[in-house]
Amino acid sequence: MDYQTPTNAEEAAALLSQDGAHALAGGTDLLVKLRAGAVTPRVVVDLKRVPRLRGIEHDAKGWRIGAATTCAEIGEHAALASAWPGVVEALQLIGSTQIQGRATLGGNLCNASPAADSVPALIAAGAKCEVAGTKGQREVPVEQIVTGPGRNALKPGEFILGFRLPEPPGRSGDAYLRLIPRTEMDIAVVGAGVSLTLDDQGVCTHARVALGAVAATPLLVEAAARALVGTRVDDDALEALAAAASAACKPIDDKRGTVAYRVKVAGVLAKRAARMAFERATG
Amino acid sequence: MSKRHVTTSVNGDSVEFLCSTEQTLLDVLRDELFLTGSKEGCGSGDCGACSVMLDGRLVCACLVLGVEANGREVETIEGMSDGEKLHPLQQKFLEHAALQCGICTPGILVAAKALLEKNPDPTETEVRYWLAGNLCRCTGYDKIVRAVLDAAAAMRGASAKPAAASSVQMQSA
Repeated sequence: MDYQTPTNAEEAAALLSQDGAHALAGGTDLLVKLRAGAVTPRVVVDLKRVPRLRGIEHDAKGWRIGAATTCAEIGEHAALASAWPGVVEALQLIGSTQIQGRATLGGNLCNASPAADSVPALIAAGAKCEVAGTKGQREVPVEQIVTGPGRNALKPGEFILGFRLPEPPGRSGDAYLRLIPRTEMDIAVVGAGVSLTLDDQGVCTHARVALGAVAATPLLVEAAARALVGTRVDDDALEALAAAASAACKPIDDKRGTVAYRVKVAGVLAKRAARMAFERATG
Repeated sequence: MSKRHVTTSVNGDSVEFLCSTEQTLLDVLRDELFLTGSKEGCGSGDCGACSVMLDGRLVCACLVLGVEANGREVETIEGMSDGEKLHPLQQKFLEHAALQCGICTPGILVAAKALLEKNPDPTETEVRYWLAGNLCRCTGYDKIVRAVLDAAAAMRGASAKPAAASSVQMQSA
């Protein structure tokens, strides 16, 4: 196995376009797969020394998070946590303190687990990926990256440079909730992310709802968002949102939960996350 | 594949080693540098027995490639005591009998030290959550948590101003 450390995006794209190349960011998924023999790369391309992949910036367009920024670094960024608390809380749910020190936002997305905690929160927030490749850069909404369990839409040579989050308008809030049968160190049975914006009268003008662990990919549930828009996020709207969220689920039965349980819990969590996002928007 | 030459810093000492790209940082620490304090429990980042600091961040050495350490700073359990003088956490682990078989202990000490550097006065809940990635199958965790809290108190006492320390003594006397 060869190991390469590109220091700019062009070099990284060229290395990643080789046969048998595999990107390395935090390594918390890749090293487990290497050990298990589940992947056998010819070359591992460590992206952490590409400066554009590291750090958090704030500008007129909103927020930019380098794709190889660790969850620990993001969790310590008070201004980002204040702008997008749901996103930051979601990525802080990933693994232990040790995992937080290594795991990255780009890695959590590209590993393409249907249960990845940061992904529904990013989708709900309307985050977009800067995808770099040998032919330059393109912008892709987060919900278009994961195409199936362990599969993503990146072409050979492509990798995620960074994430763009808009500046949340006034009276906006977001939240992410997941269900696990314990308090720490587990994989989501269901995850639900909601972001919403209210007008001066408290009427919801914009919403996005996303679910994790209830289908082969994280889901953007437009019907659930429509249930909120035009309402005051009252009990009737929340019930309609819950019904739409449950209806969108296509989960599997596994040791973490049955189909019926996941469908039910998706509605409950979406409702609670919407209530929390609403409280943040009004608070 | 020929071996890679890696230059890094371990516990403040400049270190060079040769390793294959497949070796993890834990493999390198134990098998090339003979620093066997860091343990291999699971090899998949679940148990925390191989916890080390990499550029000031707590990580599992089993989830880092040895070659990734090039040009970086690694701190391990071997750098924790000051020669024969134990770190307050090590001392408190002995006093509280916060270990039995000892396999998890180096990782827990490294993780607890990282916590106290970030938060010198953690609550019990904060200690338990911070150490959630360090599994111990012997103690049931209570003694570990008490030892960490006691060490934190001792370290705060030691770093307090002498005047404040003496007033505490007078109150307790």
